[in-house]
Amino acid sequence: MLGWELPPHNSGGLGVACLNLARALAKDGCDIDFVVPYEAKHENITFMNVLSAMKLDPLFRYGVGAYDSKYVDNALIPDAPHEKMISIREVQHNYCDFVNDYLMEYKPDVVHAHDWLTFEAGVLAKKNYGIPLIAHVHATEYDRSGMHGGNPVVHAIEREGLMLADKIIAVSQATKDLIVRKYHIPAKKIDVVYNSLDEGFLKSAYSYDNDDYRYLEAMKALGYTIVSTVGRFTIQKGLSNLMKAAARAISKEPKLIFVFAGDGEQREELIEMSAKYGISKNVIFTGFVRGKQLRDIYEVSDIFVMSSISEPFGLTALEAAHHGDVLILTKQSGVAEVIRSCMEYDFWDVEKLADEIVAISKSPALKHTLHEGIAREYRKISWSDVAEKIISVYNEVEKHKEFS
Amino acid sequence: MRAICLYLHIHQPWRYRRYSIFDVTHNHNYWYEKDYYDKQNNERIFRKVAQKSYHPMLDLLERNLKRNPGFKVSLSITGIWLEQAMEWEPDLVEQLKRLVSTGQVEIVGETYYHSLAFFYDRAEFQNQVKMHSDLIAKLFGVRPKVFRNTEFAYNDELGKWADSVGYKAVLAEGWDKVLGWRSPNHVYKVAGGVNTKLLLKNYRLSDDIAFRFSDRNWKEWPLTVDKYQNWLNMDTLRGNLINLFMDFETFGENIWEDTGIFQFMEQLIYSWLNEYDNKFVTVSEAAELEQPVDEISMPETVTWADTERDLSAWLGNEMQHEAENTLYGMKDAIMSSGDADLIDDWRRLTTSDHPYYMCTKYWNDGDVHAYFSPFDSPFDAFMYFMNVVRDFEWRIQNLNQLKNHQ
Repeated sequence: MLGWELPPHNSGGLGVACLNLARALAKDGCDIDFVVPYEAKHENITFMNVLSAMKLDPLFRYGVGAYDSKYVDNALIPDAPHEKMISIREVQHNYCDFVNDYLMEYKPDVVHAHDWLTFEAGVLAKKNYGIPLIAHVHATEYDRSGMHGGNPVVHAIEREGLMLADKIIAVSQATKDLIVRKYHIPAKKIDVVYNSLDEGFLKSAYSYDNDDYRYLEAMKALGYTIVSTVGRFTIQKGLSNLMKAAARAISKEPKLIFVFAGDGEQREELIEMSAKYGISKNVIFTGFVRGKQLRDIYEVSDIFVMSSISEPFGLTALEAAHHGDVLILTKQSGVAEVIRSCMEYDFWDVEKLADEIVAISKSPALKHTLHEGIAREYRKISWSDVAEKIISVYNEVEKHKEFS
Repeated sequence: MRAICLYLHIHQPWRYRRYSIFDVTHNHNYWYEKDYYDKQNNERIFRKVAQKSYHPMLDLLERNLKRNPGFKVSLSITGIWLEQAMEWEPDLVEQLKRLVSTGQVEIVGETYYHSLAFFYDRAEFQNQVKMHSDLIAKLFGVRPKVFRNTEFAYNDELGKWADSVGYKAVLAEGWDKVLGWRSPNHVYKVAGGVNTKLLLKNYRLSDDIAFRFSDRNWKEWPLTVDKYQNWLNMDTLRGNLINLFMDFETFGENIWEDTGIFQFMEQLIYSWLNEYDNKFVTVSEAAELEQPVDEISMPETVTWADTERDLSAWLGNEMQHEAENTLYGMKDAIMSSGDADLIDDWRRLTTSDHPYYMCTKYWNDGDVHAYFSPFDSPFDAFMYFMNVVRDFEWRIQNLNQLKNHQ
């Protein structure tokens, strides 16, 4: 299995998904060698071999300034350790070299590559060694760039990987449709396999105390409804629409507080918007949060909004549901395909989003019905279901094997 | 003698549009969606169903009524269906008048608005029944003598009420749990009643047509007239009256023309009447076909819906209860406003289809086909419903202010 990160050396959902998936597959009898580009100890991982492709600090696995040349980097950060100033393309080349050496010695039944970062190594295994390739798509460059443009190099790597893969796994129907539409891949080559909640998240001890969010607790006691969203403040997340809807909703129901948890390049724009609409008092920016502080936000909120313009899956919605939030999701997010007990809107439909927020805050019956429904639903997909589906994909491609 | 009592129910609700909280106090148009192709556009839906079902099926009935004096049919037509027909397809009303004037067609009574008012407000219920009867008398020159409640929701209370106001019979579901060993193919009496009879739907033979006819996974598919008539004959061994009660839209809308449903019906009428001593009866004739064989009691409400045969599709979750309680809770204020438009708008919201759209019974299972709705989700349906209710509240207050001002 070719990946880029595993917890705790992860920056987002990719590492978490890979870990849970590999654990479930190992449980079902798969022997897994998992290649990561960096060198670090993964003490808790005993069910598979984690192989380091190169001597590299985990922090530098995405390179420094992914798309910049060395000269630019040197000029920008002259004090940085030069031997570590390596671009992501160099990391990827080293990663491919390692995979090539590995395949000279070992011949796995299947190579399972996660996202464009590892697709080149996967293609190498397919081309040079005839090993069936599964390309697992957690996000495409179109998702990351808000559907327009993106980096042409990344597109090229994605396209080659998707074309040469024996099978593609997409994390939602929306992602599958996008792969068909934008990369012109036949639909029958793509299987949809949804993600599930992180087992570490479900099992870890957590208890809420209102130390972190005393202010919000006090406002709730006064009858306020807390609406939250969590994520990077980038165009993909559609947060300016959420801010517009917040202003509209507050005009009908003043007892609303919106919590924007996260950080990103749109932060200033969002703060300015809240001031322009005159709702700064009702909008709270927490900055980047993780761990207990993040879970406290889920716990203190009543409504969780996923406003993404495009979201391949959207695990945070399930996490919020685990903490008892009711969900409002854009129809463009993958998680909305599996969850039925939620309110939905098209990401541009600011008026409907405002309507939904007001309706939930005004009606305990609506909130309660949504809450009961989601409590029954949010864990209906388990990682063992995921593993079962993926193993059937493995069995399907095994006949493509050219050497053994 | 063997008789089929064919009864068809004709109804379309006034669907409220996606009425936003930002429309409240500004815009009192709940029923007319401007976008013709929108899912809530009542005109588009009505014209579509008219073309697929009302026109071809009424033509079929008219043809057969003319051809066979022995063919009879009973229809219940809601007031709000007639309103919409008069607005967009007045030909349908004219055709219905011709049908009724043959004397072979009987009109069944019900609430004008197809509401669940019986369970919330008895005075309002009686008002709506009277409004319906008046409209039927005005259009067709007859008054209903047999009653059916919305969704066949029947209990002993309703039976007693129908008996007290003098209906000949009430239609209800022939549900096994109520009937036990008894057969729906007989005439019964309402429990504790004096004169009123109970006619019970033969749900197996009705649903063979209304639900299973087009189901290719059904082991009896395709259903031929010979096979079905054989079943009818077998069933008359346990009583000579077969009550086939179903929605009118079964023909053409729920079950499409290309399944052969129209030809099936046309042939069935012909071949049933072709056999010695077979006939069709209207609901009034059915009630007098024999002396009641027994009294039937239904202390709990029984409907014709789902495997549960209860009201849980309409009043099963908290949203549905809140919506109906809030709506009926404001009735006095609405009535004392004296504003005819407001009263009519309020009554249109009592239609049972609205809480049905909020049903979450099978929602989590993803069974979208079980409950057809013009809304994306039951939560949306509830949200827009409550916005309309909020606007009613505002109109009441505003009228009071106007009155005080004067």
